[in-house]
Amino acid sequence: MTTTDQSVIIRGTWSTFLRNKMGMVGLIALVMAIFIAVFAPLLAPFDPYEVVHVTIDDIYAPPSLEHPLGTDDAGRDVLSNFLYGARVSLIVGFFAAFISIVIGGSIGISAGFFGGALENGLMRFTDIMLVIPDFPLIVLLVALTKPSLLNIILVIGFLGWTSSARLVRSQTLSVKERKYVLRARSIGAGNPHIIRHHIFPLVLPLMVVNTVLIISLAILNESVLSFLGLSDPTMISWGQMLNFAFSRGAMSTGAWWALLTPGLGIVWLVLACTLLGHGLEQVLNPRLETHHLSVGAEMIARPKIPPAHLEEGAPAPGD
Amino acid sequence: MEEALPPIIEIKALCKYFPIKQTNLFDREEKFVHAVDDVSLVVGVAEVLALVGESGCGKSTLALTLMGLEKTTSGSLQIAGQEVTELKGSGLRAMRRNIQMIFQDPYESLNPLMSIGDIVAEPLKVHGLVKDKQARQERVLLALEDAGLKPAASFIQRLPHELSGGQRQRVVIAAALVLEPKVLLADEPVSMLDVSIRAEILNLLLELRERRGVSILMITHDLGTVGYVADRIAVMYLGRIVEIGPTLSIMQNPQHPYSKALLSVAPVPNPRQRRERIILQGETPNPIDLPPGCRFHPRCPVAQPHCSQIDPRLRLIPAGHEVACLEVKPKITSGPG
Amino acid sequence: MIDQPRSRSRAADLDQAPILLELSHLSTDFLIKDSPPAHALVDVSFTLREGEALGLVGESGCGKTTMMLSLMRLLPANGRIIEGTAQFGGVDLFSLSEKEIAGVRWKEISMIFQGAMNALNPVRTISDQIAEAFILQVGRVDKKVVDDRVISLLDLVGISADRRKQYPHQYSGGMRQRAMIAMALACNPQIVIADEPTTALDVMIQAQILELLEKLRDKLGLSIIFVTHDLGVVAEMCDTVLVMYGGVTAEYASVDAIYNEPRHPYTRELLRAFPDLNRPTAKLASIPGFPPRLNALPPGCRFAPRCPIAQDICHIEQPELRWIDAGHAASCHFLDLLPDGPAAAASPNTPSQNLLNSES
Repeated sequence: MTTTDQSVIIRGTWSTFLRNKMGMVGLIALVMAIFIAVFAPLLAPFDPYEVVHVTIDDIYAPPSLEHPLGTDDAGRDVLSNFLYGARVSLIVGFFAAFISIVIGGSIGISAGFFGGALENGLMRFTDIMLVIPDFPLIVLLVALTKPSLLNIILVIGFLGWTSSARLVRSQTLSVKERKYVLRARSIGAGNPHIIRHHIFPLVLPLMVVNTVLIISLAILNESVLSFLGLSDPTMISWGQMLNFAFSRGAMSTGAWWALLTPGLGIVWLVLACTLLGHGLEQVLNPRLETHHLSVGAEMIARPKIPPAHLEEGAPAPGD
Repeated sequence: MEEALPPIIEIKALCKYFPIKQTNLFDREEKFVHAVDDVSLVVGVAEVLALVGESGCGKSTLALTLMGLEKTTSGSLQIAGQEVTELKGSGLRAMRRNIQMIFQDPYESLNPLMSIGDIVAEPLKVHGLVKDKQARQERVLLALEDAGLKPAASFIQRLPHELSGGQRQRVVIAAALVLEPKVLLADEPVSMLDVSIRAEILNLLLELRERRGVSILMITHDLGTVGYVADRIAVMYLGRIVEIGPTLSIMQNPQHPYSKALLSVAPVPNPRQRRERIILQGETPNPIDLPPGCRFHPRCPVAQPHCSQIDPRLRLIPAGHEVACLEVKPKITSGPG
Repeated sequence: MIDQPRSRSRAADLDQAPILLELSHLSTDFLIKDSPPAHALVDVSFTLREGEALGLVGESGCGKTTMMLSLMRLLPANGRIIEGTAQFGGVDLFSLSEKEIAGVRWKEISMIFQGAMNALNPVRTISDQIAEAFILQVGRVDKKVVDDRVISLLDLVGISADRRKQYPHQYSGGMRQRAMIAMALACNPQIVIADEPTTALDVMIQAQILELLEKLRDKLGLSIIFVTHDLGVVAEMCDTVLVMYGGVTAEYASVDAIYNEPRHPYTRELLRAFPDLNRPTAKLASIPGFPPRLNALPPGCRFAPRCPIAQDICHIEQPELRWIDAGHAASCHFLDLLPDGPAAAASPNTPSQNLLNSES
């Protein structure tokens, strides 16, 4: 596609998306999280890595003017920790999801497009990976290797691709059968051209939606790993905050701020991604109510033999 | 008419069989779908030939082999003098510049995410012709205008769903024209369009034949449109041509019982005309287990005993066209044909 | 109730036959989010007598399928019948409740859907699906009675009884269409609506199906409404024709009058666009432009942008449906100017101003 057409479609997608309340809420929530992660050093009143000398009164101190969200088990400011902690969650979320989608997308397109023994092999491999319980395997791998940010990203990324592989393969199979692909072949296009210009652009929207949903899964996975104490203890993350709070008596002290803050942070991020993902799905999936191809479309003459998925006799825009 | 220039398409004894997957381990013999079974025909330069028949007659398979989208089982297929059955890879791709296809469904033939300009430019890009963007754009505009989409520039940026069925079909035609092929293979080009716009598209095809000298091989089941556009008709049944010749000759004087039946049931928009309709019983049998002798004889209203034993060949008859039927008297020629 | 055949009055006595269904001034809208409603049908009327075959002719977007769905009260969620009555058996179908209309549907008026091939459930046998059509309406009866009825219905449509336990994929396209017809006849209805019954079928199968419908019409005294774009089918099968365009009635007359004395410009152009096997090389007309989009309807006459004789008034004012003589009505401002048949209207297509706008 030339840049001109891409811009037409992107503008159309964007305007349709703007009208989608759920997606917009998700997007704004996510952008807020990214904002605080990026500007954490400027926003945080304290530097969470600074060594503090504390007295017994400073530990699990309730929210006050100086510490709006109180202090944690080591007397550090919960708010500052929270702001910095967003970074790890988001970094792991995005990068791991990216790895997953690249692997899943490649496997899906290859299996769907080439079929035959390759498809069989790849899909059986996918099935095996699906059957293995994700999380125990993640725990195992992380425990065996050094607990570092990179390792966590890699492990979550390499184990999270199965759902996208299946999705992409399905979509590839369906696009492969379309008449315009046949027409491209009849023009003389080879496989690389067809994959690049026909299969990929039609699979991409689904991949985008799937990525967003995988991001939320990756964030959750990371949080749980940190909570279990399997990540780098010097890294501040929300899971880590929860870990320390739980294992160091926040419950018995009644220091709800140390628990709720990271917990709600995780919920916030996951919810943001989910809402954004569903919103995008509505916009990008032609089978649902509104989609980007309905941009400015008036109703066109219905074909006499409507394609199976169109409704009989009910002219509706954007179908 | 055809003597002056060599034919653009020459098909000799073409066969295309699809093997059936064996579900039973103990099947003795391999079974085939005889989609195209010994078809020979010739298409001249700037000629319109219509392939008529119902589903299962092999016309679509024949089209796919002509486009090189299916490999032939046996026989020869020459396009613009080149033997297509031997071509592979880049040779095959180059051959595609000679013959381009127009598909039946204008709603599915265009990638919904690609602009009209890109769709029409795609063949040029695939074949690496016209590297210069400006020149390419000009070719695209020319093709769009030739296909009747004016002003061409206003269509370049639009997306398929913004266009009507007739306009979309014109885009498909423009994309086929941009490579300047010698043959257009039109597979039911108007059957999914509203009646009031069919004539437009058919007239366009005729115009292209006049202006560009392109030959058209039209596949259809609609005898009405055939009468309008075609110079010659070939009627197919179960993988064979049963009758072939000039359009008027066949439409006014069909000889093969199957052609007669088809013509008799084609709907005519005149309630006062009560015709004798020959409605064949049953459906076209599957092309796997072919009946012995003439493959039409089980449904033929005038079948004789010898029809189940002898397989008729196409022979010239006095009416001026060729028929494959034992019950039709061939033309007696004094010398070798 | 199930097994009573009905007697028939044939075309010659059609005028004497009792009126079964009287549709008056039907208007249907489709509600669209963030947009004014689309007027899919405006003021459409027709009469259907016992034993009559009515052809509903039009192209995409003309509203013929919407009309049938309105009649059967099967409109999708955003469809609304905003005016009109459908008098059937002394009741107005549009005033019935959901429960009451369910008693009419299939028992009195049934439908053969478009794309019948795909309207069958692939995981249930044909026998089950046919049985379902009358069990739901009539209440459960003895298994043997059900089976007998299924066999007799299949026999009516020419499918042998030993194929009744098969699945749709084991039937050919023509047979599936026959099975759909059997289902439509299951409760011995008075009216059958056939929505594009032969589209997507081969020509020979089409002929078989039409022959079957003709035979059934005689045998069972059915009234049939053919919804189609195929003028050839209409010429062969119908007594009366209603030509629709852009949701309104263009012309309504006997089949003879429509084909030999068409008065509406659209009807004329449509006839000229349809190939005639008797004159295969005669020039085929096309109507420039394309059918109107329901949410962008032209002001005035819906056909004006494409009409070869459109004048200023046509773009401003919608023509009323006028009765030319008994049984022949058309909606055009210039009915009087063209009193004769097609020959008088053999004008070349002159594009009007709106045409250029609609093309770009």
